[in-house]
Amino acid sequence: MSEPQLLTAVPTRTPFRRRAIRHPGFVLGGAISLLVLLTAILSLFWTPYPVTELNIAAKLRPFSTTYLLGTDHFGRDILSMLMVGAGNSVLVGIVAVGLGVGVGAPLGLLAAMRPGLISEAVMRASDLAFAFPALLTAVMITAIYGPGTVNSIIAIGIFNVPVFARLTRGVSLSIWQMEYVSAARATGVPPLQIALRHMLPNIASPLIVQATIQFALAILAEAGLSYLGLGTQPPQPSWGKMLHEAQTMLYFAPMLAILPGASIAVTVLGLNLLGDGLRDLLDPKLRGGSKRRLSST
Amino acid sequence: MKSKLVAAAFLAATFGIAGTAAAKDTLTLGIGLEPPHLDPTAGAAAAIDEVVYANVFEGLTRIGSDGAVLPALASSWTVSDDGLSYRFTLRDGVAFHDGTSFDSADVLFSLNRAMAEDSTNAQKGLFEPIATVAAPDAKTVVITLKRPTGHFLFNLGWGDAVMVAPESTENNKSAPVGTGPFSFKRWAKGAEISLSRNDAYWGEKAKLSSVSFKIMPDAAASAAALMSGDVDVFPNFGAPELLEQFRADPRFEVMVGTTEGETILSMNHANKALSDIRVRRAISHAIDRQAIIDGAMFGSGTPIGSHFAPHHPAYVDLTGMYPHDPAKAKALLAEAGYANGLKLRLTLPPPSYARRGGEVVAAQLAAVGIQTEIIPVEWAQWLERVFKTTDYDLTIVSHTEPFDIGIYARDKYYFNYTSDRFNKVYADLTEAVEPEKRNALIGEAQKILAEDAVNGFLFELAQNGVWRKGIKGLWANRPVQANDVTGAYWE
Repeated sequence: MSEPQLLTAVPTRTPFRRRAIRHPGFVLGGAISLLVLLTAILSLFWTPYPVTELNIAAKLRPFSTTYLLGTDHFGRDILSMLMVGAGNSVLVGIVAVGLGVGVGAPLGLLAAMRPGLISEAVMRASDLAFAFPALLTAVMITAIYGPGTVNSIIAIGIFNVPVFARLTRGVSLSIWQMEYVSAARATGVPPLQIALRHMLPNIASPLIVQATIQFALAILAEAGLSYLGLGTQPPQPSWGKMLHEAQTMLYFAPMLAILPGASIAVTVLGLNLLGDGLRDLLDPKLRGGSKRRLSST
Repeated sequence: MKSKLVAAAFLAATFGIAGTAAAKDTLTLGIGLEPPHLDPTAGAAAAIDEVVYANVFEGLTRIGSDGAVLPALASSWTVSDDGLSYRFTLRDGVAFHDGTSFDSADVLFSLNRAMAEDSTNAQKGLFEPIATVAAPDAKTVVITLKRPTGHFLFNLGWGDAVMVAPESTENNKSAPVGTGPFSFKRWAKGAEISLSRNDAYWGEKAKLSSVSFKIMPDAAASAAALMSGDVDVFPNFGAPELLEQFRADPRFEVMVGTTEGETILSMNHANKALSDIRVRRAISHAIDRQAIIDGAMFGSGTPIGSHFAPHHPAYVDLTGMYPHDPAKAKALLAEAGYANGLKLRLTLPPPSYARRGGEVVAAQLAAVGIQTEIIPVEWAQWLERVFKTTDYDLTIVSHTEPFDIGIYARDKYYFNYTSDRFNKVYADLTEAVEPEKRNALIGEAQKILAEDAVNGFLFELAQNGVWRKGIKGLWANRPVQANDVTGAYWE
């Protein structure tokens, strides 16, 4: 009975690339994310003006050909600051999510493969971490260990650990029961090899989707911490800090707040669209079928 | 929807008419910092005096809006020819807010309390020259000094020298009882302190029936509170960038006055690099005062070259001693052995003059090869780390006490600066009485500080008052840390 099913399933699968191009959310989200990433990389090598040099004589300039997006109260070029801010955000996102996946996913796999004490310990620890509001604890961590980019990245990253641990355990549990895993276990394949060769490829899709969402949340969290003065420290610019500085100048220089605010909003929106798109495209239940998960099940 | 709009318009109109018809006799002031408590004789925080000085508490003398010494609870005084004995005649009919009368016994109590071994007074130095205090009768007090003290009458006008009653001192921190034209009414912690008129006041009674001080640390919220009418006056508005907007608004007046706030880049002389005068001079040359004033304060402030207020008659302009000269700064650093750069910590308290000023200073220092690590701290941390334990290299702070050049003569002050030359001049100054000699010594003291480049002297903080049109009788300047509302009224 299984053979005809396989045969009919294969022809309905359109290639990933073609389905991706036809998914507007994925295309838009991907384009925004790519733009932010490229800007971030570019900022490492080149910005129109140096961002740590002040030029008070040229402060609060409007948009012009010399200063495309104007200057701030210290005469720094806003475009340059936004570019470096993008680099800062991307760095925080990559490291924080990397930390979450790097620590959380192995823990989740371990919990799925070793039911009992280890599983319980990992899961209850995750519950504990989940019980604290993430941003509040990040504030606490930076308050204790001092404000700064590194500490805020660690604080944000810690909160990604239980997210990925839970997700990994959840999806791994069902795969652990699969016949091919049982077969591998029965033939004596070492657990590490089972985890890497048989389980990881099958849980990669939900992890990737979750990673894009967490990436967006990490950028928001970093902006929040920097806004409170606990994240990136001067003279290094960051979007959150730019927002904070612009706050009292809203009345006469609204662009100083609108530009970093829009950068945060658009980046987070782009990553969310990308995440949603990836979920639609990678979910095996949705391949070639309806877009909505609910209507397909 | 339409009816709601009409109703709103109607309401606004009636309130508008009501507002103009009845003369307003209440005032709401905005202050940036909440006082830790309300006893000016037991704390250094300027925020205490900003609420209670002259309003709730009075001393034997007081400081007027121009910085002059005026009679307060002492109606008159005579000074002996040797300058050692002060005979004060107290006013009649003065009572504390709790009904107890004020006489020479209260003066004895207040001064002895401030001078006592276990006194918690933050300015014990003010009382140090006093040898004895005597009360020959209920209306007379005689103070004998150890040595002539030129600014003794001024010192008695400080908030730290106000008169308190033995019956009520214990609760002064939470429910202050003084002799002033306003009595304490209520303190909603974190929000507001209200005072109401003292109808039994000995002098001219206040015109306002009540005054409240709203605590608003956030500049953006302060601006919104002014716009919405929740606050009438900000005696010292924290965000100079918003002044232009208030100037353009017909509902407000912007009063730019002077303060006693010398804003300085304090240096810790216990740091090896900063103990070298060449490094300190290099830093002084690296600093561009005007750029700091323009960049951080939006043009508000007056450059200073030493630790002294420019509006004082004895001021000497020393701003030309270290002109902004990055090349010279680099040369001095190289001479001191820091040709390859120097790394220092720059600890910054919350006010915008420090946080924003710090960014400008950091960029200016970076331009001559001094890398700074900016460490933003809250006030409590600043007091602990910088002021008490002197665990810092550089910091930016405004010293707002009047005539406070004497801090450089103090042992173990947080700069860790010691100079026999300065101590000598200051000792002579405290004993000098004739104005010409005093002014010469004050000038000498300023020069020593500038020559030693003790600190980076940046600018004198301006008092940027934003007042709702129609309020009169407030102080535009700030000769002492006070918001004197005793003469305020609405026109």
